[in-house]
Amino acid sequence: MARVGVLALQGAFEAQVEVLRRLNHDVVEVRSAEALEGIDGLVFPGGESTTQLKLMAWGEMLSALHGFVASGRPVLGTCAGLILAAREVLPGPQESLDWIDVTVQRNGYGRQLDSFEARSDGGRTLMFIRAPRITRVGPGVEVLDTLDGEPVLVRQGKVVGTAFHPELSDDVDIFRELFV
Amino acid sequence: MEKQKSTFKTKVGLAEMLKGGVIMDVVDATQARIAEDAGAAAVMALERVPAQIRKEGGVARASDPTMIQAIQKTVSIPVMAKCRIGHFMEARILEALEVDFIDESEVLTPADDEYHIEKHDFDVPFVCGCRDLGEALRRVGEGAAMLRTKGEAGTGNIVEGVRHLRTLRHGIRALTTLGNEQLMTAAKELGAPYDLVQLVAKEGKLPVPNFAAGGIATPADVALCMALGAESVFVGSAIFLSEDPAKRARAIVLAATHWQDKKKLAEISAGLGAAMPGIELSTLSESERMSTRGW
Repeated sequence: MARVGVLALQGAFEAQVEVLRRLNHDVVEVRSAEALEGIDGLVFPGGESTTQLKLMAWGEMLSALHGFVASGRPVLGTCAGLILAAREVLPGPQESLDWIDVTVQRNGYGRQLDSFEARSDGGRTLMFIRAPRITRVGPGVEVLDTLDGEPVLVRQGKVVGTAFHPELSDDVDIFRELFV
Repeated sequence: MEKQKSTFKTKVGLAEMLKGGVIMDVVDATQARIAEDAGAAAVMALERVPAQIRKEGGVARASDPTMIQAIQKTVSIPVMAKCRIGHFMEARILEALEVDFIDESEVLTPADDEYHIEKHDFDVPFVCGCRDLGEALRRVGEGAAMLRTKGEAGTGNIVEGVRHLRTLRHGIRALTTLGNEQLMTAAKELGAPYDLVQLVAKEGKLPVPNFAAGGIATPADVALCMALGAESVFVGSAIFLSEDPAKRARAIVLAATHWQDKKKLAEISAGLGAAMPGIELSTLSESERMSTRGW
């Protein structure tokens, strides 16, 4: 059991909290830099990346978040969380935190009418909601799962990013492997 | 690999993504840009905000596709648009424009005084208004993927919104205290689908996210709605009819995140300039009320 923080500025953070609680983790909703203290891992939920980024900047949380990732503790970014963690975001310019050396295209699979459910090449149940598309993967990045050959689950060091929503399809394996 | 598009889960999924985020009414691309820059999670494209509809009167209809498309080109956040209650052809037109959510809204003049749209027939998700649990579950039964408790739109007065949030919350709590044998009679009294009544009784919450809408004018109003169980807010007339729209918009976004922190709320609320004027509800006649529209 770990103490896991879920960034709770905006978006689908409740679903993440529920999954983590079911796995018996102690969960903390993070809305400020101070709330990061004493946490073993952190989840960046889905939502609107532009909104989340502004709230992080206005709350002066960016340097604390960089510090958290640099400390080597596990981090999961889903959908908007992947966009925030990416090196480059298209269409640009959109600021991001550069924790995973990938390029993502926002709404790369289309608008809401193109949101979909599917099964990944690795057999995962995937839920894509106005999802980002990973269009470039840097040399230090592991691709852990794909959809029709395209990366949808990536890892660099202790930071894992998903283009889909494991918290909405009860895909607890990702949480189980990352937070112990 | 086969993709299943526009399932009910993907519709509710987008509503989940909007939680804790503010959906702002905008009437043109310039306002849409201001809303996005202030941290809006989505915008609602419409030709007149509710306060203007109230003032000018006449029939309020779905917006011109040209303005909706101009807004879609301007912002990267989801774009919603309103159609009249029961007007499934306005909804089809909005679906063709690929809006991200349709609001079947009582703010526009109802097109059908008996029936709402059969929303399961659409690929695009719908949000609908409700005043109580029965109305909420009827809309979900028709396929709504998100709800919003109705305030009295365009008044800047939160009292109706509060009433309906409380009524809804009371309805949900009451169901959870009933035995299984009481649920059919409860469904009859609520005028709600039995399977959804069973679900709410078991889970103690609605099957889709519920936001508050109508009459929200200040960061404190936002925090009040969140404390009463709203998962976020729609803000209409209050932003662009206030003295400093960009500042108020940002304050309202911050309030949706920090609603539990009274010190932050005090900071957020300071120096915003004049709010929209507002209307005392007892001065409205029954026919001027929008929140009573919906069946």
